[in-house]
Amino acid sequence: MTMMKKLLTSAVASALMASGAQAAISDNTVKIGYLADMSGTYRDLAGPNGLTALEMAIKDFGGTVNGAKIEVVSADDRNSPDTSSSTVRRWVENDKVDLVAGMVASSVSIAVSKILEENDRLGIISGSAASSITNEHCTPNHIHYVYDTYPLANGTASAVVKEGGKTWYLLTADYAFGHALEADVTRVVEANGGEIVGSVRHPFPTQDFSSFILQAQASGADVVGLANAGADTTNAITTASEFGVTQAGQTLAALLLFLTDVHALGAETAQGIQLTTGWYWDMNDETREWSDRFMKETGVRPTMVHAGIYSSTMQYLNAVAATGSDDAQTVRKQMMDTPINDMFAKNGKIRVDGRMVHDMYLAEVKTPAESKNEWDLYKILRTIPADEAYRPLSESKCKLVN
Amino acid sequence: MTMIFGVPLAVLSGQLLIGIINGAFYALLSLGLAVIFGLLKIINFAHGAMYMLGALVTVVLFDLLGVNYWVALFVAPVLVGAFGMLIEYFLLRRIAGQDHIYSLLLTFGVALIIQGVLTNIYGVSGLRYSMPDLFKGGINLGFMFLPYYRAWVIVVALLVCFGTWFIIEKTKLGSYLRAGTEDSQLMQGFGINVPLLVSLTYGFGVMLAAFAGVLAAPIYSVTPVMGSNILIVVFAVVVIGGMGSIGGAIITGILMGVIEGLTKTFYPPASSAVIFLVMVLVLMIRPTGLFGKEA
Repeated sequence: MTMMKKLLTSAVASALMASGAQAAISDNTVKIGYLADMSGTYRDLAGPNGLTALEMAIKDFGGTVNGAKIEVVSADDRNSPDTSSSTVRRWVENDKVDLVAGMVASSVSIAVSKILEENDRLGIISGSAASSITNEHCTPNHIHYVYDTYPLANGTASAVVKEGGKTWYLLTADYAFGHALEADVTRVVEANGGEIVGSVRHPFPTQDFSSFILQAQASGADVVGLANAGADTTNAITTASEFGVTQAGQTLAALLLFLTDVHALGAETAQGIQLTTGWYWDMNDETREWSDRFMKETGVRPTMVHAGIYSSTMQYLNAVAATGSDDAQTVRKQMMDTPINDMFAKNGKIRVDGRMVHDMYLAEVKTPAESKNEWDLYKILRTIPADEAYRPLSESKCKLVN
Repeated sequence: MTMIFGVPLAVLSGQLLIGIINGAFYALLSLGLAVIFGLLKIINFAHGAMYMLGALVTVVLFDLLGVNYWVALFVAPVLVGAFGMLIEYFLLRRIAGQDHIYSLLLTFGVALIIQGVLTNIYGVSGLRYSMPDLFKGGINLGFMFLPYYRAWVIVVALLVCFGTWFIIEKTKLGSYLRAGTEDSQLMQGFGINVPLLVSLTYGFGVMLAAFAGVLAAPIYSVTPVMGSNILIVVFAVVVIGGMGSIGGAIITGILMGVIEGLTKTFYPPASSAVIFLVMVLVLMIRPTGLFGKEA
């Protein structure tokens, strides 16, 4: 009898598995792991509010997908590739996580995507900047959604060079992201007839920038380019204004600024700074409507990363629903075949290298007189069309591009 | 232009001055640590959090009550110092006389709790605080542009450092303090309230950290995590100077600021490590630190 039972159960189990391999949602659960800096220097641009954005998407989707539960787990990446790697390894090996979302520090994303590739799970990176994530570090298991250093350089650096800032001095955060941004900026500046006359790589994070600002002043360059992010950028901007960098005739170019950074600096200090962004909350009725809902939940206006997390989670769940599967390759292919048209992007497209290409925007921080409230901070100067903004596949070093 | 190792002399002079200014911050912070360790034998890992609280209280007082910088310079350290005394009274006192590791773990835990709670409330992007109008602008020294505020930092930090050293090493109150921690029973026999003295000393050390925090508020991004990185550096400074040596902490603080500044000029990638390199070297050659007394 027991023998019979065993035989029957294993027969049923193998039948289930056979059909499951093609199109089914494993364990009848879609499990999403949200990994981001929850307490450190990159907390505000993604962090706990990014988790809220993710949960908003699940709720708006209906809470289940084709009858399967949607579960969320989350963890603090502590900006450490080591910590993140062990978290994600546990997620995919023990906790059956299907999708890893969030991800901010580029070094974290690069480390995590390798583990996802080994285990054939999917990752959607919304917070990271390094364009190398879909270039030399590309894998068939991740998608880079919101922005990267290539359009940041294309947007801001080319605009500044065209306005006459020919010679540049770069302050670069000394890790994967800073190096990628430095490389992309150098390319754009030189292509537009400018020149990098000097650069300094500062430790991440750095509190006191006075020494580096002094070196930038001594270089005599037209432009001081900040190839860093978060508190490093706000500290550098504050110190630059204290040491009279702009009064002495040098231009300050912040290559990566998030809405939360500009909000922290305030329109008074940040006015006139040009920046490139993938999205802004006050662009049209659709973005405003979503931002109002987000603000009701969190008390703050969303950054482009928050909006990207919402949008990409929605795209992912749609793809799972359409294919009836949570298999990484099946879902990724479906996502590549579906253009993205929502409050985040119009005609966005996920390429074979995992890069989601969409229009980017060159913005300028408003003056205190123009700014109607504390979050009314950008005016959009120019839309950078998707195919002009991102690295063309013809220049790609990604192994998935032939 | 005169060059030294490929760096123009003008740039080098600027870097030296910047180094001294940052060194003044280190001196102020390590001084508080040295006072607390030297007199109370408490390894105060909450020192970075107290520095942060000084800055944060300054900003919050301004936002809520419009308290200006000059008032905050006194009020914020007093408030934070009082908070420190509460920690001493309710927590640290209970582990007095135990191994140093207990005070280290306790204060580290307290610091993490304070930081975590405030991060939840204020986020990490930084709070806005504008420079007092008096200090806007600066003076061109020929080799560099010196913001007035940095000049003020250097003067006031050194004054406070010297004053503290003077009180502890040269006055009657200082001798009570030193004696009270040397042999508390004997001092109590002389009618001196040693527990109160201990509370006040801890409170004073914390005040020094908070004072450095107020000085930092207009020039650095004020966030709940601003103290966590500087804490380790300041500890290294105290170890190099000799645990518990008041004068040693001050001189070493300035020295390390200069060494760090020069490293930022000649080889920036090493600038966050150079102080620890010095610490290792000093510990190998002189385990009691540069100014420590032989055990």
